[in-house]
Amino acid sequence: MKSIPVETTINGDRTEFLCQPDESLLDVLRDRLGLTGAKEGCGTGDCGACSVTMNGRVVCSCLVLGVETEGAEIETIEGMAKGEELHPLQRVFLEEAALQCGICTPGILVAAKSLLEKNPDPTDTEVRYWLAGNLCRCTGYDKIVKAVQKAAAEMRAA
Amino acid sequence: MAFDEQAKRTFNVVGTRVPRPDGIDKVTGKAAYGADITAPGMLHGRILRSPHAHARIKSIDTTAAAALPGVKAIVTSADLATPEDAGYADIAMNCLARGKVLYDGHAVAAVAATSKAIAKQAIRLIEVEYEILPHVTDVDAAMQPDAPVVQSGRALENVPAGMSQNVTTHCVFGHGDLEAGFAKADKIVERSFKTAATHQGYIEPQACMASLGSDGRGEVWCCTQGQYMVRSNCAAVLGVEESQLKITASEIGGGFGGKTSTFIEPVALALSRKSGKPVKIVMSRSEVLRATGPTISTSMDIKIGMTKEGRITAARGELRYSGGAYPNSTVDMGAQAAFAAYDLEAVETVGWNAMTNRPMEIPYRAPGAPTSIYAVESVVDELCQELGLDPLDVRLMNAARKGTLSSYGPTFNEIGLVATLEAAKAHPHYTAPLGPNQGRGLSCGFWFNFGGNTCVSLNINDDGTVGVVEGNPDIGGSRASISMMAAEELGVPYDKVRTVIADTAALGFNDVTDGSRVTFAVGLAAIKAARAAINEMCQRAAKIWGIDEDAVTWVDGAAVPAGPNAGTHPPMTLAEIAAVASNTGGPISGHHEVNADGAGVSFGVHLCDTEVDPETGAVKILRYTVFQDAGKAVHPDYVEGQMQGGAVQGIGWALNEEYIYGEDGTLQNPAFLDYRIPVASDLPPIETVILEIPNPGHPYGVRGVGETPIVPPLAAISNAVSRAAGVRMTELPMSPPRLLKAITG
Repeated sequence: MKSIPVETTINGDRTEFLCQPDESLLDVLRDRLGLTGAKEGCGTGDCGACSVTMNGRVVCSCLVLGVETEGAEIETIEGMAKGEELHPLQRVFLEEAALQCGICTPGILVAAKSLLEKNPDPTDTEVRYWLAGNLCRCTGYDKIVKAVQKAAAEMRAA
Repeated sequence: MAFDEQAKRTFNVVGTRVPRPDGIDKVTGKAAYGADITAPGMLHGRILRSPHAHARIKSIDTTAAAALPGVKAIVTSADLATPEDAGYADIAMNCLARGKVLYDGHAVAAVAATSKAIAKQAIRLIEVEYEILPHVTDVDAAMQPDAPVVQSGRALENVPAGMSQNVTTHCVFGHGDLEAGFAKADKIVERSFKTAATHQGYIEPQACMASLGSDGRGEVWCCTQGQYMVRSNCAAVLGVEESQLKITASEIGGGFGGKTSTFIEPVALALSRKSGKPVKIVMSRSEVLRATGPTISTSMDIKIGMTKEGRITAARGELRYSGGAYPNSTVDMGAQAAFAAYDLEAVETVGWNAMTNRPMEIPYRAPGAPTSIYAVESVVDELCQELGLDPLDVRLMNAARKGTLSSYGPTFNEIGLVATLEAAKAHPHYTAPLGPNQGRGLSCGFWFNFGGNTCVSLNINDDGTVGVVEGNPDIGGSRASISMMAAEELGVPYDKVRTVIADTAALGFNDVTDGSRVTFAVGLAAIKAARAAINEMCQRAAKIWGIDEDAVTWVDGAAVPAGPNAGTHPPMTLAEIAAVASNTGGPISGHHEVNADGAGVSFGVHLCDTEVDPETGAVKILRYTVFQDAGKAVHPDYVEGQMQGGAVQGIGWALNEEYIYGEDGTLQNPAFLDYRIPVASDLPPIETVILEIPNPGHPYGVRGVGETPIVPPLAAISNAVSRAAGVRMTELPMSPPRLLKAITG
């Protein structure tokens, strides 16, 4: 199969790449662009470790084809901190020990950021349902939910 | 030395909630896990797996695959060594099948190619001719004398003659006169239980990058719970010397015991040796579920007698575990743990392991204990219900304590079970009101904990900072805990210490990150290494001051003169001594090597409220509280995290998770969609109560905390569901169809 040229914006930077027609966005990010923050936990859209946003929507990048991102705006975990300054969610996840092994953390942060952009004051139940597509096997989610709520409160106060 | 005489000491660093050193990398996507690195000229490896549960391999034809452009190497078991040691031979045979395939998903051959797509295409071109053999996946069926034989000649000597050749292991533990004990009982309950195999479910599939030259020198980067274990296994399976292999542990995306073995590293090395290029292998989720570590599946009978006041008079358990297609001794641990929470006059636990056509069992958090304790705690709960007794009072009446002869032999030292039960009883959760279709359950849990082989080097840097080098992958914050203990001992701030994980060439042997051993054993070794460095720093100060070495002590991070002839020298801090080290004898470091003993057992109690939907059989967890003895919680956040995470894994085991095999012996649910682990919306907050009953075997009183929390949930939830549904549940998982069937009869 012949590779196809694609032009997108990733974390604000115009990005061009070549990919196979059957290649996932996740493989493009990881194998072609060196953006390994998105993780492959399942490859079937069940675990959310590969979550990124595409035109403002959270997607499993393993379920999006690279060629589908032509002209799209992609945001990944690598674009979340601004230089040395962590996003409040990133900082609070560390303060609240909301990660153990950390493999699900990039996907959860991307999803949680998207939640708070849409709903700055969610209930615990809303946080839990929004993150139901992001599997974490270490924490039991308790500290994750608390961290999202603490970050939300800080962001509302800011 | 009783508890290092520090039982009542106050800590400056230990017990605080400091930031973890690997944190920023893990929230920004920079941390490098198993699949995150590439190498110049690397090839992509992929493994061909058996579609059959049990079959003889008649031939493997790789001609067409080898002819595909881009294919650089193909390996089969013929490319591996044949280790004499039975353990290594099993690992070799599990990495690439030899003669027979033993389960659906068993690796048969592997390819290295210039792209993932070519590797995928190439394995489809490998032609394997199988002679399909009868299979068995159920443990009870596998123990029948006429069952299909998974492997022959594998039984240990103490397995009685005349049993199925699948039976490999037999054990008996206990003491006292059972007959007399049961005769004293007012009520005897005898029940049989079954539990499905579950998977550790780490979110990061196994991944490695390997390079091996024709001279036998090689390197591996991989996600593992033990780089030294990977080295031993690879050396044995490849037939190369350990000194020639350098193994580096990547950041690890969960393990829970599941990454204490090797599946792909020897295969990647063999492909690299043959192709002359580095080879990367990343498992898919379906490969992880089909071919890596599930737990044992079990069938168990429990009989317990109790007086009407609630005293247990006798207890007996018979456990039949299957650890998959290989001999396995997990049942030994299940049998030892089963009745550990109780002070019993008469107890016996008998265990059997039978091979089945399932993947090789790999440890999962407290291996063997959750299932046997589930069965025991279910019967205890039923007795309490039948006799109208409070289940916490009954457990307190029968609880093991210091001096109790345990059901598995040793006499307990300082243990925290009674304190943990009392904390549960005093907690508002225990007396909170329940609504219709709701039930409350509780269970005790136990784990032995482990110490093991450990090396730590501690370097005093010339700027007054400290580097700790240890050899156990950090699976949930252990670098922070180790740095905290080193800082505590040295008397320096936490942020002056950095702990790194060594590769196998940089430090002596360390056992894998298992047995809840790291914070205990590596912490102990770090403290001892710090003491060695302190000793050296005191000597340097003595030299500078021109006084006797014995006249210097270490107080709050500084050498101070002490004793009648020491004189009056101002204290010299660690930084001041470090700055002039090159003038006083050279660099300063401390190290400690130990096979650590005294890990100190750990008990927990879980309380759980559930609501059962009688129309669907669905269970909702309404409230969940974990009580556990941590000895000393070095970093309370991560202790709580272990308690919460273990509880939720147990919730998954109790309610949803299950290896489902079809009639043909193939796994029916090798994906997270169908192998359903708990998600955030399934759960309430998990409340935690940490108790600290110091472990006499550790300088700061630390006990391992990682494994105990997965033990109680199975029975706590089953007891809650049984009380809510009004029917005693005896099989896991209690998935909605199974529970509905039990309710509707």
